[in-house]
Amino acid sequence: MTTARLGRVDLLPMVTRGFFLALIAFVIFGPLANLVLWAFAERWYFPNKLPNEYGLSFWYRVFQPRGNALASLGTSVWIAVLTVLFSLAVAVPAGYALARLRLPWRAGILLLFLLPQAVPNMPVYVNIARVFYTIGLNGTVAGVVLVHAAHGLVLAVWIASAAFAAVDASLEEASRNLGASPWTCFRTVTLPLAAPGLIASAIFVFLESLDEFTGTYFVGVPDVTTLPLLMFNASMGGNYQIASITALLLLVPSIAFMLVVERFLKPEVLAMVGR
Amino acid sequence: MRGNEATRQQRTGLALVSPALGVVALFFILPMLMSVVLAFRGKNGGLTFEHMAKALDLYQNDLLFTVAITVLSTVGIAICAILIASYLTLGGSERTRTALRWLYRWPLFIPFIVTGQVMRTFLAKNGLLNHVLIGGGLIDPGSAQSLLDWRGIVIALVWKQVPFVTLLLAGAMASVDSQHIEAARNLGARRWQVLVDIVLPQVRGTLLVGLVLSFVTMLSVLSVPMMINPNSPTLITVDIAYRINTHGDYAVANALCLLSLLLAAGGAALYLRHAVAKAVPAA
Repeated sequence: MTTARLGRVDLLPMVTRGFFLALIAFVIFGPLANLVLWAFAERWYFPNKLPNEYGLSFWYRVFQPRGNALASLGTSVWIAVLTVLFSLAVAVPAGYALARLRLPWRAGILLLFLLPQAVPNMPVYVNIARVFYTIGLNGTVAGVVLVHAAHGLVLAVWIASAAFAAVDASLEEASRNLGASPWTCFRTVTLPLAAPGLIASAIFVFLESLDEFTGTYFVGVPDVTTLPLLMFNASMGGNYQIASITALLLLVPSIAFMLVVERFLKPEVLAMVGR
Repeated sequence: MRGNEATRQQRTGLALVSPALGVVALFFILPMLMSVVLAFRGKNGGLTFEHMAKALDLYQNDLLFTVAITVLSTVGIAICAILIASYLTLGGSERTRTALRWLYRWPLFIPFIVTGQVMRTFLAKNGLLNHVLIGGGLIDPGSAQSLLDWRGIVIALVWKQVPFVTLLLAGAMASVDSQHIEAARNLGARRWQVLVDIVLPQVRGTLLVGLVLSFVTMLSVLSVPMMINPNSPTLITVDIAYRINTHGDYAVANALCLLSLLLAAGGAALYLRHAVAKAVPAA
């Protein structure tokens, strides 16, 4: 008697839960499914629910040697790599100082790095494009890298600082007591221990640069075409297949990162972010 | 001696921080300040309100539209994020929570530009959404309509931003003292009462931070409105790009930029008021 009642009471919430999970799954994956359909649609005309014909001809077109897409992919990756190198080169010393040294206005400095993510970006891109135009940086990889770096720096600095703060200071002291110079101590003790956090910040900056659209749209024209720009142009030109295939290409690194992010970003580092 | 050590540390610290600060100052703060200057500078270099008046005159509707869309999206994000985060914290079934935790994050890792393309196909008249609604018998084929107008922009923005706020919120909720929750439960409070009376007041600050950052992000997005609804009424980011690409009109573009900065400042002021209100009784 009791078990039968329990069974009935438990069944209803289970069905409701299943229904809501299915609804959320549709909201999340429905749009993505539509993208995948377009990527493999050879032809898809109006009243048809599904593509009239599937095929890979657009994939061949995207991946043909010396095609636009591969060139844009190359440009995108090159810009992202340079952005990571540049950001880390300035963020590692800054992060170390913020984590370990007694700094005046420390909270203010941390906030300053957040500014590019906390203020609308259009004013910046509009004017930086104009300045870069007069000094010949518009339409160059270097110009785009600088814009991406300024925007991604908050991730690099905050995470680097958290990674250094999570390193046990007594290990550094031990190495100093054994006679290591500050630089040797940093190179052989602090840096290796902070490495996973620094790699995580590098990946964040890489992805942010890879996916960036608005800054490149203003500063990159007319010579620098990254993958997001190519995707945008294809989509606005009505070529949904090319747009969808490039969109999928952009998704691969992001999703791959989502699946491994927890390996690099340890909870003890995460707890120090922004402190 | 100690004072010397401290100043030496400060000096080294500032030297280490300054390259990074320089990048932000040169390539972000300076161009942002230029916007304020250029919005009010006349042809002969004098002060003028001509550009601002023109911007307000030409784009009044789009400005109101931008406020409406971003506020509506922020409310939508808040509702969805609270629902998901509170189920993740207080929900009954462990398996459902695991599934939900795996599900909700996906759009966080999907760039805005891809979100624009994805929604452009999904919400179109011939998109998957309409086909599923028709197939499920929820609407009849004749009444299928394209959602690629203001609704599309709101849906795309909410879809993209909910995971970010949920992530922050769920983290904050997880750190709410579980003894408070258990005590309330033992006293007979229902789950929604625990949420409204115990959990939400303690995570209000985190929720506001997430919402303000989302609000500002939405004010910056160019790709989503361009791809979903580029015709007026649309978001002012599209107008700014149009002013520059078509007219080379940096003056009016900068006036619009300044207005978008003011909108963001409005959002930030709301947050600061909350932060101050919270800090005063504590002090």
